[in-house]
Amino acid sequence: MTGLLSTWFPNVVTRLPEFFDSFVQTLIMLGVTGFISFIAATFLGVILTITQKGGLTPNPVVFNVIDKIVNLFRSIPFIILAAALVPVTRALVGTAIGTKGAIFPLIVGITPFFTRQIQSALSGVDPGFIEAAVSMGMSTPEIIFRVYLREGIPAIIRVTTITMVSLIGLTAIVGIVGGGGLGDFAIRYGYQRYMLDATYATIIVLVLLIGLIEFVGRLLVEITEH
Amino acid sequence: MAETPHSPAVAIRDLKKIYRTEEGSKTALQDINLTIEKGDIYGIMGLSGAGKSTLVRCINGLEQFDEGSLLVNGNSISDLKPKELRGLRRRIGMIFQSFNLMPSRTVAGNVELPLLNTGLDKEARAKRVAELLELVELADKAENYPNELSGGQKQRVAIARALANEPDILLSDEATSALDPNTTKSILALLRQLHDSLGLTIVVITHQMSVIKQICNKVAVLDHGTIVEQGRVFDIFANPQAPLTQSFVATTSNLDKVNDLIAEHSPLIDTGKNGILLRMKYVSKEVSEPLVSHISRQFNIDANIVFGDIDVVDGSPLGGLVVVLNGQRDDILAAIDYLKNRNIGIEVLAS
Repeated sequence: MTGLLSTWFPNVVTRLPEFFDSFVQTLIMLGVTGFISFIAATFLGVILTITQKGGLTPNPVVFNVIDKIVNLFRSIPFIILAAALVPVTRALVGTAIGTKGAIFPLIVGITPFFTRQIQSALSGVDPGFIEAAVSMGMSTPEIIFRVYLREGIPAIIRVTTITMVSLIGLTAIVGIVGGGGLGDFAIRYGYQRYMLDATYATIIVLVLLIGLIEFVGRLLVEITEH
Repeated sequence: MAETPHSPAVAIRDLKKIYRTEEGSKTALQDINLTIEKGDIYGIMGLSGAGKSTLVRCINGLEQFDEGSLLVNGNSISDLKPKELRGLRRRIGMIFQSFNLMPSRTVAGNVELPLLNTGLDKEARAKRVAELLELVELADKAENYPNELSGGQKQRVAIARALANEPDILLSDEATSALDPNTTKSILALLRQLHDSLGLTIVVITHQMSVIKQICNKVAVLDHGTIVEQGRVFDIFANPQAPLTQSFVATTSNLDKVNDLIAEHSPLIDTGKNGILLRMKYVSKEVSEPLVSHISRQFNIDANIVFGDIDVVDGSPLGGLVVVLNGQRDDILAAIDYLKNRNIGIEVLAS
């Protein structure tokens, strides 16, 4: 096994601890960014859903401001956004490189996409459920937590899976601007030093990771759907 | 909220609602005057788009209106603060055509939903849920999910949920329109029974005249946002005035079928030498005598019933018979006079 690995991936095997560290960095970026942006996107998605026209508490001003900001950030290519955010990142966390420096731009990059995904998941909640909840005398916060977010769970899991897969792509891109992680590993060795096996090893690990995320996502959807 | 004991359950005066869209405004409801007394089963009937759903949604404040007033138990809906409105909604149950049960919750969880945040502890809620499921005869389905139930069972769960906070008014928005005829009957029977045992006031929105006939005591017919006719169900069925109501009533009766038979010269309605073809209709609530055998005995004539359609509406027979009377001409005419004096609507179709 080890023999085969060193034949196929000579440069990775000699840098195994570094490869492993990069993988852990990728997991940390995914976990921390995923968690924070999930909270932010859920919050924004709920606000957009209830303030839109015909929503629970229509508010054109709030809706339009958030809607336009989301669109603005969605239209900036991530690599440019990450570069543009360098001064802000530095001011916020003290550094713009490494895993620590990557998380802020990742959050800014993924949250608008995530927000749209959550918004579409919530729009799949039958308006009849909302009407029934209103007719029961439930308040807006109660309806958000007991109906929108609860009945939206399977759809929210589905869009979170999609978002996590996109986020893996972004974590690889931050590698270019010094972000660390598997993307950084693949670029430094595979691209800049022509160690093609480093690139392939990265691809294999990322494909497996995406497969795992999708598997867990499907499992959770099945458990939560009745 | 002040509750005056003698105020009607729902009193609507000169209500007007306008829908404003970018293309312009459209009057959804106009000149609506309606009084629903406590204990009524009030039908609101009309074709789709007539405004019935909008009207019923004004009652629990799901829709706002532009002019007029709407009092529920003496409280003006449009003057309530949001918190008071939510309090009032707890006292007004509502059921829907699409049931609107929460798929992520079990049957028991759905019934418990309106009880959360009402100050009841977990145990008291569980007890109330069990009572309600008993009431709709679904105690054995408590742990099932809505998707595992039939349409009729879903509507029963929805009814249990709507009754959770012991409302005095129940709004039913096309609750039986998605159900088959037998299930419709059993749901209507359940509503009737709940009305009788709990003293519920029920507002029934429907496009099916048969639903009105089966459970309502009063009805308002809505057409293009205005009420074209309202009153006691028996009177409306016996003597519909507006063309729309007449066409609705005709759909529930087959007494007009005789017109087809006449057109076809059917032998079924052959009047013979002296005979007369009659359509007799019950138009008053006070008829309960065995009229046909009575006239045939008293006036010595034969009465051949071609067909009939008699139903019991609001406790009285409603409908009529198509008969061929044979015998001496004078006797027949005397019998007809007799029937007219008994408040029977008589129409001579052929002689």
